[in-house]
Amino acid sequence: MAAQGQSSDFTSNLGRVYAIYTGGFIAFVIFIAILEKMGVPNQILGYLFVGFTIAIYAMIGIMSRTMQVSEYYVAGRKVPAFYNGMATGADWMSGASFVGMAGSLYLLGYDGLAFVLGWTGGYVLVAVLVAPFLRKFGAYTVPDFLSARYGGNTARLIGVIVLLACSFTYVVAQIFATGIIASRFLGMSFELAVFVGLAGILVCSMLGGMRAVTWTQVAQYIVLIIAYLLPVVLLSAKKFGIPLPQLTYGSALQEIAKLEQGFIQSGLAPATMKIHTAPFTSYTPGNYFALIFCLMVGTASLPHVLMRYFTTPSVREARISVAWSLLFIFLLYFTAPAYAAFSKLEVYSTLIGKNIADLPAWVYSWGKLNLVTVCGKAASSADAVKAACGAISGHAGILRWQDFGINTDVVVLSTPEIAGLPYVVAGLVAAGGLAAALSTADGLLLALSNALSHDIYYKMIDKNAPTARRLVVSRFFLVIVALLAAWTASTRPADILSMVAWAFSLAAAGLFPALVLGVWSKRVNSAGAIAGMLAGFGITMLYLIVTRYFPGFGVTSLGMTSLTNAAGAPLIPDMAKALAAPGALDGWVLASHPLASKVGWLNMNNISAAVFGLPVGFVVTYVVSMMTPAPSKEMQDFLDEVRKPRGNTMMEEKAA
Amino acid sequence: MAPNTEQHWARTKSLMILMMGLWAFFSFFIHMFVTSLNKIVIAGFPLGFYMAAQGSLLAFVIMLFWFARAQDKIDRDCGVAEDD
Repeated sequence: MAAQGQSSDFTSNLGRVYAIYTGGFIAFVIFIAILEKMGVPNQILGYLFVGFTIAIYAMIGIMSRTMQVSEYYVAGRKVPAFYNGMATGADWMSGASFVGMAGSLYLLGYDGLAFVLGWTGGYVLVAVLVAPFLRKFGAYTVPDFLSARYGGNTARLIGVIVLLACSFTYVVAQIFATGIIASRFLGMSFELAVFVGLAGILVCSMLGGMRAVTWTQVAQYIVLIIAYLLPVVLLSAKKFGIPLPQLTYGSALQEIAKLEQGFIQSGLAPATMKIHTAPFTSYTPGNYFALIFCLMVGTASLPHVLMRYFTTPSVREARISVAWSLLFIFLLYFTAPAYAAFSKLEVYSTLIGKNIADLPAWVYSWGKLNLVTVCGKAASSADAVKAACGAISGHAGILRWQDFGINTDVVVLSTPEIAGLPYVVAGLVAAGGLAAALSTADGLLLALSNALSHDIYYKMIDKNAPTARRLVVSRFFLVIVALLAAWTASTRPADILSMVAWAFSLAAAGLFPALVLGVWSKRVNSAGAIAGMLAGFGITMLYLIVTRYFPGFGVTSLGMTSLTNAAGAPLIPDMAKALAAPGALDGWVLASHPLASKVGWLNMNNISAAVFGLPVGFVVTYVVSMMTPAPSKEMQDFLDEVRKPRGNTMMEEKAA
Repeated sequence: MAPNTEQHWARTKSLMILMMGLWAFFSFFIHMFVTSLNKIVIAGFPLGFYMAAQGSLLAFVIMLFWFARAQDKIDRDCGVAEDD
């Protein structure tokens, strides 16, 4: 797999290569387990885990180095459907999915399943509406297609702007996640860990572009899925005698339901407590369905996902590859609710209603990191807990439901400890979380730097750039974007991290109408698409920024009203009074501002902003197209060609 | 066999509409009845919760493998499939 001439050897031996790799990884885990038995300290085991896995990724990255343009941008279009599915799985599942998803399900109960549904169902749209056609066209980037279909660089430039807006905050969050995971498990400082993560990302992507990222993502998928499934499989086997947590957590749900009723009857929890399986306790039904819709359409528009399907050998394989991707993603997402249920059962059956002096050790070990709170304070020690609860008047020293707080990351990270598994499993989970964050960061960085180097530099600035210079420019942008993202992450930017959820709505409203109508309608033209992208993206951006940063202005000038809670009570009962308060009409307000993210149109949370931007995008694209002349005969022939799988890709590389 | 592009696109469109219908059913429609479905409990799972946590996801996976085959059959029937 080292030299280019041998790459066909590598692709024909993929099964054996990755079987050996998986076996080697399992042997390594067993080796670490033996070291642990021999008394090697945990911190050294942690370093071995992280060091060994990153070294493997780096080795794959270096062996996949390339100087060919089509290898760099689309891995030579030689990635079989099955392996592209694994790579997409790793590309898609972020550090937050791996570490935080189960925790969100713990906190939100049924309503959290909007994320599980949204992040899987979107692949149906990818397979049916978009990906196979982009593969047939033969794009290197998503803006490539927009430019060819909508004749020119205006559509390309808008595509690049949408791509930058949705991908940059996302990559910052991934690098932030690598920093958190590395610092927590290795005891490094967070800032140092961020730059170690950066090195891990660059070494995988810089020399080999898409080709290197593809083969490291496959390796990272294998690590992350083993790491995610193993602890909860062992826990299920231990508790229920069956190693299938996805089936056995039904019993856990029943026990949780009984405990919930008991807590309410005995006064250990308020009657308003969230029942785990009850719907619409966190979101109104409208917001629940809007969120599912925006996440799904966003999935089908995010460039770092779509570009993975440019790498398959054929249109047929692109379609099968989407199915494999979803299967590999499904394995993690249908396990996450099991983690949530087991953790909740553990908390409800061993903590709530017990004396605060008898809390198990894991509470303190996460409390020290301020990730578990008891009576509103970090549960750093037995004394701290006693003091915090003592400060609440009338507290009987018995832990109530509302006394216990848990950070979403803890659910996955603490499962090995709760299940009484050795440290080696916790180290494995850390390696898995790191693999998830690194692989997603790689995909995003490549999407960003390819847009800058291929779309902006090559297609818009220097059309005659020689191959060697194009590849140098690509790597230059890759390093610059990576450094910028790592620097941003190292400042712990709370605002940017909370903007990650915006990426789905921005991508959906900015790109989806232009991509889908571009394939499925012969009547939609350049003017319509450009107007539609600007309108959809503009409305979504406006809604996000106004509701979050200019809420007072939104109420006074844009007709926004108070959002309600799930039960329908307004978050701001007296709007006139709230607006009269000092500072209510300020701009660029902090997240703690009394109106921030609490106002909107039609009671829609801003995470679902695309419910406005997407229809606007579709309508504007269509109406403006109908008011302007139909696309030329050449463009209609071009579309006929895009719709037919047979034949070569339509965008041919001149040099390579 | 001569490619039949018109028939190909007509059949592709019908398949697309069918897939979008199934997608809407498993993404939204079924979950509108979560409260009633939750009264049915199978192996500990309230059915409404199960559909959102596993049922719809499984349906998506099966749908996509089926779709890849069905679309390939259309491509082959109409003579526009890629060479194997």
